[in-house]
Amino acid sequence: MIRVININKSFDDQKVLDNVSVTFEPGKTNLIIGRSGSGKTVLLKSIVGLHDIDSGEIWFEDVLFNKLDFKDKKEIRKQMGMLFQGSALFDSLTVEQNVMFPLNMFTVKSTEEKIERVNFCLNRVDILNVNELFPSELSGGMKKRVAIARAIALNPKYLFCDEPNSGLDPITAILIDELIKELTEEYSMTTIVNTHDMNSVMEIGEKIVFINEGIICWEGSKNEILHSDCEILNDFVFANALAKQLRSSENK
Amino acid sequence: MILRFLSQLGRYFMLLKKVFSKPEKSSVYYKQTMHELVYLGLNSIGIVAVVSFFMGAVITLQTAYNTENPIYPTYLIGLGTRDSILLEFSSTIVALILAGKVGSNIASEIGTMRVTEQIDVLEIMGVNSASYLILPKMIATLVFNPFLTLISISVGIVGGWLAGTFSGVITSEDFIYGIQYAFIPYYIVYAMIKTVFFAFIITSVSAFHGYYVNGGSLEVGQASTKAVVHSSVLILLFNVILTQLLLS
Ligand SMILES: Nc1ncnc2c1ncn2[C@@H]1O[C@H](COP(=O)(O)OP(=O)(O)OP(=O)(O)O)[C@@H](O)[C@H]1O
Ligand SMILES: [Mg+2]
Repeated sequence: MIRVININKSFDDQKVLDNVSVTFEPGKTNLIIGRSGSGKTVLLKSIVGLHDIDSGEIWFEDVLFNKLDFKDKKEIRKQMGMLFQGSALFDSLTVEQNVMFPLNMFTVKSTEEKIERVNFCLNRVDILNVNELFPSELSGGMKKRVAIARAIALNPKYLFCDEPNSGLDPITAILIDELIKELTEEYSMTTIVNTHDMNSVMEIGEKIVFINEGIICWEGSKNEILHSDCEILNDFVFANALAKQLRSSENK
Repeated sequence: MILRFLSQLGRYFMLLKKVFSKPEKSSVYYKQTMHELVYLGLNSIGIVAVVSFFMGAVITLQTAYNTENPIYPTYLIGLGTRDSILLEFSSTIVALILAGKVGSNIASEIGTMRVTEQIDVLEIMGVNSASYLILPKMIATLVFNPFLTLISISVGIVGGWLAGTFSGVITSEDFIYGIQYAFIPYYIVYAMIKTVFFAFIITSVSAFHGYYVNGGSLEVGQASTKAVVHSSVLILLFNVILTQLLLS
C-alpha cells in the first residue's frame, strides 16, 4: 500500500501539485487520469522520489519514504519497477542486456540463472527471439513490453507506469493494459498507472483518481465514473463523441 | 550572473561528490570501465596520432625556417621540436582535441540518457546514476590519457624527424642528436601531470553538462557544445596555472 498525504510541488512559481492526498491499494491497478499537463507525471515521479516534494508525506507501507536518505531509499527502490512514457530502454544494450541489467546490479545469481530469468520475463510479456536486438530495432509496442519485462525482472512489489499505451494502436494498447493488470494480480503488486486514455480506464481501472491542475477532483471505480457529479471529470470522460452519444441516448 | 555561476559551481561539486561515492557492485563497474577504456581511450589513438604527426612535422619546419642562421647549429631544431612537443603540444593541444572528441561524446551520451529518462530508470532501480555513468569514464580517461600523451610525443617526434629529413632542413644525425641533447626527464613528468589534470577537466565538465540537461534533443546539442567550450577554456586556464606551478 502506498499512501500520499498532502503533498505539494512547485516548479519556480508554478504550482503543479496542490495538497494531493491519495491511497493506492495492493493487488489493484490504480489509475491516475487527467488531461495533458495536469500533473500526472509529476505526481508519479514525486511518489517514487525522482522529484523532491516541497511538503507532505509519502508512505510505502509503514515507511515514510520521502524522509529517508539515499541509502535507505535504495532498499525500497529495489522493490520498485517503473515503465516510463518513452520506454527508456538503455540504447547501448541489447534487449537481453536491458532486462538483465537489474539482475546484474542487485543479485549474485549465476549467468545461467540470470539468462533463465530474463527469458522468463520476456516470455511473460510475449517477446520472443529478439534477445540480441537493440532498442532502436524494435517497434514502439515491443519497446514497451521489453521495458515491462525489465521492470518486473526483480519481482517488484510496486509497479509504476507512465502512460503505458501512449503512441500505440488501440489493439496493442489494450494488450499492454491487460498485461499490466494480469501481472498486478499475479504478483499482488501495488500498481499505479498514469493515463489519459478512456479505453484503459474502462478496461483495467479498479481504483481511479482524477487529477486536474494539480488537484485531485474525484476518486472512485470505473462503474462510478460514468455517473459522477464532477463537472470537469464529465467533460474529460465524455470528450469522446461516441461516449457522448451513449450518454444522451441513456438519458432519453 | 555571478550568482548563477556560483550555483552551477555548487552543483558541479555536488555531482562530483555523488560520482565518488562507493560503487554498488564493483564487478559491474569494472566491466563498464573496460568498455570505456576501449570506447574513449583506444578509439582516440587514431586522431591523436594523426594530429601529433603533423604537429611534429610543422614544428620542425617552423623552427628550421625561423632559425636559419649559419652560427646556429642545426641540431637545435631537433631540441626545439622535442621541447615544444613535450612542454605544450602533446599535453595541451592533444587535450583540446580530446575535449572536442571525448567531451562532446560524453556530454551527448549522458544528456541523451537524461532526456530519454534512462537516468531516471537507473535512479528508480536504486543505482547511483552519477557514479555508474561517470566514474568508469573518469577512471578510463585518467588512466588512458597519459598513454595517449606518450603516443603523441613519440609520433610527434617521428613526424618532425621525417619532415626535417625529407625537406632537407636537417640531417637525420643532427635531429637525433638534438632530441637527446640536454634532455630533462622532468618534462615528461610535467606533461603527464598536465594530462591527468586535463583528463579530469574534460570528463567532469562534459559529464556535468550532460547530466543536468533539461529538455530535449536540442538541449543535448547545446550541452555538448557547452561541454567542449567550457572544458577547452578551463584547459587553457589551468595550463597557465600548472605551468607556473610546475616549472617556476
Ligand atoms: N521538470 C520540470 N520543470 C518545470 N516544470 C515542469 C517540470 N515537469 C513538469 N513541469 C510542469 O508541470 C506541469 C504538469 O506536467 P506533467 O508532466 O505532470 O503533465 P502530465 O499530466 O503528465 O501530462 P501528459 O499527459 O502530457 O504527460 C506542466 O505544466 C509542466 O510544464
Ligand atoms: Mg506525463
